[in-house]
Amino acid sequence: MVYNFSSGKELIEICKEYDKKIWEVMILRESEKSEKTTEEIFSMMKENLEVMKKSVERGLNEDIKSVSGLVGGDAKLLKNRYENCNTISGSRMLKAVASAMAVLEVNASMGQVVAAPTAGSCGILPGVLITVGEEFGINDEDLVKALFTSSAVGLIIAENATVSGAEGGCQAETGSAAAMAAAALVELMGGDPEQALHGAAMTIKNILGLVCDPIAGLVECPCVKRNAIGTANAFISADMALAGIKSLIPFDEVIDSMYRVGKSMPDALRETALGGLAATPTGKKIAREILGKDK
Amino acid sequence: MKDFSVFEIIGPKMIGPSSSHTAGAARLGRIAGKVANYDIKSVKFVLHGSFAKTYRGHGTDRALMAGILGIKESDERLRDSLSIADERGIEYEFIEDDLGEVHPNTVKFLIEKTNGEKIELIGSSIGGGNIKVVEINSLKLEFTGQYPTLITRHLDHPGIIAKITKILADYNINIAFMSVYRQSKGQDAFMVIESDNELNPKIIDDIKNSVKDVKRVYVINSI
Repeated sequence: MVYNFSSGKELIEICKEYDKKIWEVMILRESEKSEKTTEEIFSMMKENLEVMKKSVERGLNEDIKSVSGLVGGDAKLLKNRYENCNTISGSRMLKAVASAMAVLEVNASMGQVVAAPTAGSCGILPGVLITVGEEFGINDEDLVKALFTSSAVGLIIAENATVSGAEGGCQAETGSAAAMAAAALVELMGGDPEQALHGAAMTIKNILGLVCDPIAGLVECPCVKRNAIGTANAFISADMALAGIKSLIPFDEVIDSMYRVGKSMPDALRETALGGLAATPTGKKIAREILGKDK
Repeated sequence: MKDFSVFEIIGPKMIGPSSSHTAGAARLGRIAGKVANYDIKSVKFVLHGSFAKTYRGHGTDRALMAGILGIKESDERLRDSLSIADERGIEYEFIEDDLGEVHPNTVKFLIEKTNGEKIELIGSSIGGGNIKVVEINSLKLEFTGQYPTLITRHLDHPGIIAKITKILADYNINIAFMSVYRQSKGQDAFMVIESDNELNPKIIDDIKNSVKDVKRVYVINSI
């Protein structure tokens, strides 16, 4: 395979050698691997974008409540604030954050989402890309390309480290999603492949060590808010990369360190609901109430 | 080295909240449903480990039932599967229990078909929506549903495997993986064949009609 890569370094080399963007290399790699045409692959990803859009739309406008009753309605509260107030963070940022939260709320209420890369981190990419798409008048075709850019980063992380909270903590799950989103933003806004990976590297560095400690073991709390901060993290890191700021530690080494940090986390902080917020008096009380209750 | 498709990174399209507890559960249900030919009078779900502990919050119960009814993990009807089962008059029960040395996300299906035939199937959701079946009717085996799969239940006699693989060859089917299991010599045996090609349902009758001592043939093309 001509377009295969398993590290950020290899990806950049391929981009340079063939004068391609990251998204182009990713589609060509998939085409080589699956023997599908690039058009087929593009339209499959477009379907994912459509599902993402619908989940943002639903979460921002409908009254959502999760099966357990733990989460729902926070995305709408935030939307109400950025639509009606002079906010601290700015309405563009908050629109993306609310959209990300909206998707997680839809997920928790058994609605349809696209795992990106997992269900627990499925809000960040739609929140970031759909908001930026709307704010800058970017067409769907370019947003689909951005999804391919993001998937190249996700692929490198999945192959060299992990995107699973049970293996690497929340840094591996929402951290990866945010890094994917940052790289996508950089390329979407005209940055080159190296800048995109600096954006992804800075994103992971910003939340290195984040634990996975879901209350009652459910993909709800603190997952909705971790998707919120992941969205903000992607925005900031993308802007830093576009400003020319570099990650002192190269992307591949950051990913490797994320994996080692994840491996050295105790089991209690890797999705078992035995540590962190899940092990607080309130967390434990909520767990008893939910896990004991009838449907 | 793991080798992912782009659609394993962005995807699958699924009903939330959890790829292992919801999407994987629906896929396990669908395998059990297929083995029973979606002909179900009653079903008991014995839930183990994390499945037993968190099934309500993750909608694992609705996902398992959705699968039994043939509803996919991306289908929004998944969340209404229990009422759909009620409408169809399917009896069901969820039981929390310890199934022993198995993966934390494991379920045992106890199915009774309308003709009274009973099927017992144990499977695990092993992460990211991926699954494996580890036991059918008390016989330990293993397959993932990623390939078109043919399962035969037969008597452990010489020549049966050769006859079955000959039929597959006649259909121009390439075998990717193949395993045989038995309880004891000359008794009940299972064979699991995972193929590269879609399995024509006619294979079931061909095997039943032409190979003596084959009791059951199941075809699971894709989940």
